[in-house]
This record gives sequence, structure tokens and C-alpha cells, in this order.
Amino acid sequence: MKAMSTAKFSLTAVATGALVMAFAHWFHVDYLFFASYTILQFIVLATAWNILGGYCGYVNFGSAAFFALGAYSSVALIKFDAEIDAWFPEGAANVLHHIFPLPIPVLILFGALVSGVVGFGMGYLTLRLRGSFFAIATLAMAVVLQTLIVNWDFVGGSRGAYIIRPDNLEFAGIEINYIEYLFALMLLLAVIALATARVIERSQLGFGFATIRDDELAAEACGVPTLRLKLIATTLSGAFMGMAGAPFPYYIGYLQPASAFGLEYAVNSIAMPMIGGTTSWVGPLVGAILLGSAQQYATVTISSAVNLLIVGLMLVAFVIIAPNGLIGLVQERLRRKQS
Amino acid sequence: MTALLHVDNISKRFGGFVALDGIDLEVEPGERLGLIGPNGSGKSTLVNCICGTLQNESGSVRFDGNVMDGLAAHERTHRGVARSFQLPRPFHSMTLADNLRIPLLYTVHARVGPLRSAGDLDARCHDLLEMVGLAKKAKRMPRDLTQVEMRKLELARAMAAEPKLLIADESMAGLSHSEIDDILTLLVRLSERGITIILIEHIMSAVMSFSQRLAVLVSGKKIADGKPEDVVRDPEVVRAYLGQ
Repeated sequence: MKAMSTAKFSLTAVATGALVMAFAHWFHVDYLFFASYTILQFIVLATAWNILGGYCGYVNFGSAAFFALGAYSSVALIKFDAEIDAWFPEGAANVLHHIFPLPIPVLILFGALVSGVVGFGMGYLTLRLRGSFFAIATLAMAVVLQTLIVNWDFVGGSRGAYIIRPDNLEFAGIEINYIEYLFALMLLLAVIALATARVIERSQLGFGFATIRDDELAAEACGVPTLRLKLIATTLSGAFMGMAGAPFPYYIGYLQPASAFGLEYAVNSIAMPMIGGTTSWVGPLVGAILLGSAQQYATVTISSAVNLLIVGLMLVAFVIIAPNGLIGLVQERLRRKQS
Repeated sequence: MTALLHVDNISKRFGGFVALDGIDLEVEPGERLGLIGPNGSGKSTLVNCICGTLQNESGSVRFDGNVMDGLAAHERTHRGVARSFQLPRPFHSMTLADNLRIPLLYTVHARVGPLRSAGDLDARCHDLLEMVGLAKKAKRMPRDLTQVEMRKLELARAMAAEPKLLIADESMAGLSHSEIDDILTLLVRLSERGITIILIEHIMSAVMSFSQRLAVLVSGKKIADGKPEDVVRDPEVVRAYLGQ
């Protein structure tokens, strides 16, 4: 198999997404955008989880917290915009009104920054923990962060926060349907996340991550700075989860801690790479599309409560049938065919 | 002559247990040192303190003119100390060639700058596998290897870091006579290239044929250090380790 260059890969990915977008636009089906947005969001989350969980072997149960931090950093900035006149003298307020409200791409960068910093902090605090101890620490961190958000009145506390989404976005004189705009942003994020994961996999960094997964002591003896690499992984992984969360308030319209810190984010971002395969960037992509579509289908046809049941059943099935995920299953077949 | 490795009065305790109790050791450049002692005498702890896997509580380790106390294991590898592990610890998810690629990427790369090309890297991996007689298995996984091949991979990976000092921690335990000879030949070849080697081993015939000097550890203390034939006749060594 010939390796594709990263530029070519990104172009192919964008073209595929544009095709889906054109298709949905053609049929005027808003629901298709809503559903695809969720799946794209899970592609970003699963890919982000896999950078730490799949490549380095550190299982993170706190994905929902990073996602929620991204979402709530957006809410905080939106609320800040509303308070400018009350908080600042007129002159300063006028200047700030030129900057705010911030466009979503800036909110995404801000979400990445917040979640990346928290990811770095988590990596630094848990650097001595391995295996299940690390997993429990991430779970604990999620609980602590949720408690903080619930008690932070500025972003709505446990009442939640309403975000009013405009119907359309004016861009260079063209009116764009807002949900299509959100979809396009998430599509771009998914491409960036996948391209990053793919670059890492083939680079020196990727080899280093794999040594951490296999044997940290031997890695150190080979000259791999394991601590630094772990911090890179926790930061990157956290930042991408934050990016996935940042546009979420606009998508959902009403954000409350219970939904932002929802179990489905933590579970899905683990289950999707596991089902697809954790050693390659393709795994989370395949897993997210497969599980994401199944969940969307079940939500519409059966009930939204069936979602997590499907995830659970599929996870159990895959652990038994294909412990290395779909990608692992295919690779094993190919290897057998060759020999 | 200045020594390559200076271990100066180092101590290490685990809770109430004193694993190393004021060890002094010097190793000259190019020397072949044998390190022996009963199980639990602190041999591996000493190796871990030299390599940075553990940090000694007192005393100091100097290597090639630099103090290494407080440096992490990978930094010591960058400075030229390599080790093989008592129980082989290959990277299970990688082919043999990729196993060797790690020290090339992370140590040689960091020391002398970028290796010129991907082809250059592949060639070096191949040379190293050739050296230990595993070239034909370059694309295989570690799980396909026999015990002796695993030990050879372990040594090849340590050598890939282009060290000045190689510490071979019981790389022959559990092997047959002909396999031991295999590993010994390999170690002698490395020594002839000018690499300083510390050999930790229980198999006395191997230690005696390899070492130019012998040090004996018992209960965290060095009780003898000198020419191998003198050391094995030392009454204290005979009583504590070799048996009458």
C-alpha cells in the first residue's frame, strides 16, 4: 500500500465531507446535518481519546469533562459578552463590543486552550499512575470539574444556560444556514484531528507513544523521554476534546452540566476506538461512523434511551469477537492470507 | 588514566531494607568487568542506580566526566550508558526492526543530529540485526522469537543507542551451553569495538572467560574487586557466594 501525503489525505477527507454536505444541502434535509454533526463530533472525540488511550495505552474515563470544558468555555465567553456594559466603563465597553461576540472558530481555539491546559495538568498530576489507577484518577477529575461547573453561577450552574442561535450567518454577502455552518466547522475539526493522528502515527512521536504503551521502563532505557511524551499526549488529547465541545452550546441551544458531562461522551469516546481498533487513526473513524450511525438510527426509530444499550452490547460483542477492533480483525486476516 | 564510570559511595534503601550500602566502583574505558553476587545482593539495584531507573539516596555516579545524579534514565542513555534487562522487555507491538529504530530515533538522533534518511535508518537496523544474527527476522514480532533470540534482540537494542558503556544484566540466564557461547562471542566482539562492558552473571564459566576484572557484591556491600583468578580464591568470596 502506498502512503498518501498528508496534504493529499486532508484534501480527500475534505472532498468526502463536502460531498456529504452537498448531498444534504441538495435535499434540504436539516436533520441530516444535525445527525452528521453528532457523528463528526464523535469522530473528533474518539480520535482525541485514541491519541492518549490507543497510542500511549493510558485509558481516560474523563473525556466528557474535557468536552464539557470546551462547551463551558464558550458559554463563559458568551455570558461575558452579555455583561460587558455592566462591568466596564463606556470606553472600554465600546472597544470590547468591537471584539465580542467572538466567532465560533475563536471559541474553538479558546476551548482547545482551556481543555489542553487541563489535560496538561491532569498528565502532570497523574504521571506516576498507571493502568486502572490512572483511569480512576481521570474519572475523579471529571466528577470534580462537574461539581465546579454546577456551582458556578455565571455559566448557569445547575440551571443550565440558554444560547440563542441565529438562523443564518452572513458571510461575505452570502447567507449560510447556521446548522450547515456548524456542520462545516465540525467537518474541518474532524479532518484536522484525523490528519494530526495520522501524522503522529507515522512520526518519531508515534513510535515514542507506542513504546510507552508497550513498556515504559524499556522506553526510558532506549532514550525515550516518557514523561514529556505523556504530557504531549494528554495535552493534545484534551485540546481536541475541548475543540469538539466548543461549538456544542450553539448546536444544542441549551446547555446544562448533566448533558455536557453526560455518560454518553465518556463511554462513546472509549467504545468507538475500541470497536474500530486503537492502533491506527482509521479505528476511531470507523468506530465513530459505525456506532454513531447506529445510535442516530436507534434514536429516530426506537428511542433515545436505547443509545447506551447499543454501545454496551456492541462493546461486549467486540471484546469477544475482535479484541483488537475491526482494523485488527482485517489486519489479522491479511497477515494470514500472506503467510 | 581516568575512569569512564565512577560510582562513589552510593547507598539505596527500600524502607528498612538496605539494598546498597556505600558501594564504590570504577570502570576504565574499554574494560570488561564481571559483577557477581548471590540473589538479592544488590546487583540489579546497582545497575538501576547507574542507569537512572532508581535514584541513589547518597553518594554519586559520575560518567565520562559528568555527574549523573538526578538525571532521568533517558538522559543517561543519551550520555552513553545502555543496558539490557534481566528479563527481556521488547516492545511487543513492534517488529524487530522497529524495536531497534527506537534508540536510533531517540538517542542517536538526539546526540548526533538527524540520521540522513529513512534508508539510512533501515540500513542501521539491518546492520544491528545482522550483528546478532537476526537479520532474516527483521519483519517478525518479538513473540515469534526463542529465548536466546530474545536476549540477542535485547543486546542489539542496547547497542543501537551506540553506548560507551554497556551493562548486560544476566543476559545468559536459562540458556544452554552453546547459546551461552553465542552470547559470549557477541559480547567479546562488542568489547573489541572499544565498548566498555559490565557483565552481571551467575554462570561462573562465562564470567571467568569474559571478565578482565571481577567485583563481588554481598548484602549490598562490595566484598572483593580484582583479578578474576584472585577474587575466586578469596576466602570471604568463597564463603559468601561460591561455596566450599
